[in-house]
Amino acid sequence: MMSKRQETIAAIAGTMKSSVSRRRLLQAAGLSSAAMVAAACGAGGDESASASGTPSAAAAEDMSDKDKTVVWSNWPLYIDVNEDTGSRPTLEAFQKETGITVTYNEDVNDNNEFYAKVRTQLEQGQDIGRDLVVLTDWMAGLWISNGYAQKLDKANIPNSANLIPKLQDVAFDPGREYSLPWQSGFGVLGWNIQSLQDTLGTKTLTSVDQLFDPKLKGRVTVLSEMRDTMGILLAYQGADPSNFTDDQWNSAIELLTQQVDSGQIRQVTGNDYAGALESGDVIAVIGWSGDIVQLGDAYDLGLPETGGTLWTDNMLIPALAQHKKNAELIMNYYYEPKVAAEVAAYVQYVTPVQGAQEAMKDVDPSLVDAQWIFPPQEILDNSYVFMPLDTAKEEQYQRDFQKAIGN
Amino acid sequence: MVAVVPTSAQASPAQVAQRSSKTGYALLAPGMLWLIVFFAVPFITLFLTSLQAPSPTQAGKYVPAFELANYGQALADYWPQFIRSFIYAGIATALALLIAYPLAYFIAFKAGRWRSLMLVLVVAPSFASFLLRTYAWKTILADESFITRTLNTLHLLPEGRILNTWIAVIAGLTYNFLPFMILPLYAALEKIDPRLVEAAGDLYASPTTAFRKVTWPLSLPGVVAGTLLTFIPAAGDYINAQLLGSTTNRMIGNAIQVNFIEFRDYPTASALSVMLMAVILIMVFTYIRRAGTEDLL
Repeated sequence: MMSKRQETIAAIAGTMKSSVSRRRLLQAAGLSSAAMVAAACGAGGDESASASGTPSAAAAEDMSDKDKTVVWSNWPLYIDVNEDTGSRPTLEAFQKETGITVTYNEDVNDNNEFYAKVRTQLEQGQDIGRDLVVLTDWMAGLWISNGYAQKLDKANIPNSANLIPKLQDVAFDPGREYSLPWQSGFGVLGWNIQSLQDTLGTKTLTSVDQLFDPKLKGRVTVLSEMRDTMGILLAYQGADPSNFTDDQWNSAIELLTQQVDSGQIRQVTGNDYAGALESGDVIAVIGWSGDIVQLGDAYDLGLPETGGTLWTDNMLIPALAQHKKNAELIMNYYYEPKVAAEVAAYVQYVTPVQGAQEAMKDVDPSLVDAQWIFPPQEILDNSYVFMPLDTAKEEQYQRDFQKAIGN
Repeated sequence: MVAVVPTSAQASPAQVAQRSSKTGYALLAPGMLWLIVFFAVPFITLFLTSLQAPSPTQAGKYVPAFELANYGQALADYWPQFIRSFIYAGIATALALLIAYPLAYFIAFKAGRWRSLMLVLVVAPSFASFLLRTYAWKTILADESFITRTLNTLHLLPEGRILNTWIAVIAGLTYNFLPFMILPLYAALEKIDPRLVEAAGDLYASPTTAFRKVTWPLSLPGVVAGTLLTFIPAAGDYINAQLLGSTTNRMIGNAIQVNFIEFRDYPTASALSVMLMAVILIMVFTYIRRAGTEDLL
């Protein structure tokens, strides 16, 4: 007996199977009515029946009002910093305004790595000691469907209405009940202008063909984030990265393997490619838009003409977080257009906040038309969001990808 | 005649043995407890994990089983990384020995009042984090660096670069584990009585012969300890291969890391770890036997 509601929930979870047992579902203190229905329906059947719904994350007693602190885990270089003093202006203003002390950790370097770090606690239903985490779409989806993220209380986040329409409904979290975007960005080609001129005789890299030009042998890196590297290669081969077949995937893997084995691709990296571009070891890369803008004028970036990737990093409140309301107040604060503009002006990624472009006039007029912060339609049209993968596909594709890059 | 046997003042040998064995256990207890909690229990967990099978109902989960096939599969997938690890670690160990021996010899016999300072200098790089030191090597070996340019002018580099090649990985391993070679060598050399070498000279041994017949054999325990302390961590290291190497230089540590973190395939990762430990253990035993210093164990 599957109710309409339950079907919707199952669809939300997608094919991504939840691994939360019924027992844990019942243990969870903050059961939403949907999960109650799921659990009740599952009572007569087997465990997998209840596990197919979106489990609700356990909530702890909210200490927010008594204990005015909040612990936030974010990626490195992902918030505005005053270069002279090393302080974080928007974060300081928030602390002054609310009296809440924020412990800001830059300890998310990689989605998988961060998940591996806290996974045991999440599975055992323990507090991971963080009230706010920032994770990329697919990992955020995994947390939500596993019941590791708490439902947001939008009453504390009136500014969430400022979320740009394009991101209001996403497959892994329809209606944004559990997550709010922090920043979005593009998987792009990036290059050192002068070195490219010296080797290829051009100042702009427009295609993956040029990236794989033998003249650049050993001077190219690609990202270790599977979805960005493979998304660009899939699009290059004419497939749609948001909807492709196994055959198309295999052919893109074959291309990557070739380029790695031939020595064209020197290394496969996370954020490290920025350093390699600066030291001159590498001339052209598959990288992330904001990083390359941040490198300065000697470098340029662009989507390959066959298309790039578009991803979003999302704010989530982990199960059992002790300062849920404080975390929601942070979300609300960063959804004020002016604050969003200040962050975007520094990190150079796409802000998800409506009105930030207006507010940018006061923050930094030169950035009002910055295409990598406020991307024009043609850039959005030429970028793909990677296809959602279920657990089995995720594992299979990760294995193919890691094997191609020497693991 | 009745022999006067002192009864009260002296304990019987059995009692002494019992008491000393109690003291022995007391002395052993902290170490044993430490080993049980932080080595034996984790190792058993690791071993049991290596035998788990995928859960039939939940994708991405594993259940207890006795899946010996995990080992065969892991070996089939990752034998190149295994072999590469032992080759890289072997070369790095040999290089470290070549660099460390003269240095340790110098510190032990020739450094005089600079001895303590030199020892501190040997250890000093370890005050900086392992990761930081390896990152520094990225700069040292970068394409535009002095070293790479010089070697390139001499056409000594087959790939035209050092960074992101096997050369950089081995250089990094050698550098990072060098202190572990120098210190045991120094300790062994320092213990040698210089009069023995003098005596060899008095008996008409040339300096080379004296070194070959006296100094080298007496320093062997240091050589064995140093090579083991260098080889074992080098074989399991993954930082050097990841930061200084390229996609074709991955070692077994990288394979374990990828299985644990990217694939979340705990059984395969555990099987690889257990195999790495087993292979190293076997190699160490054979090596120590051949080196003829069982007393080290």
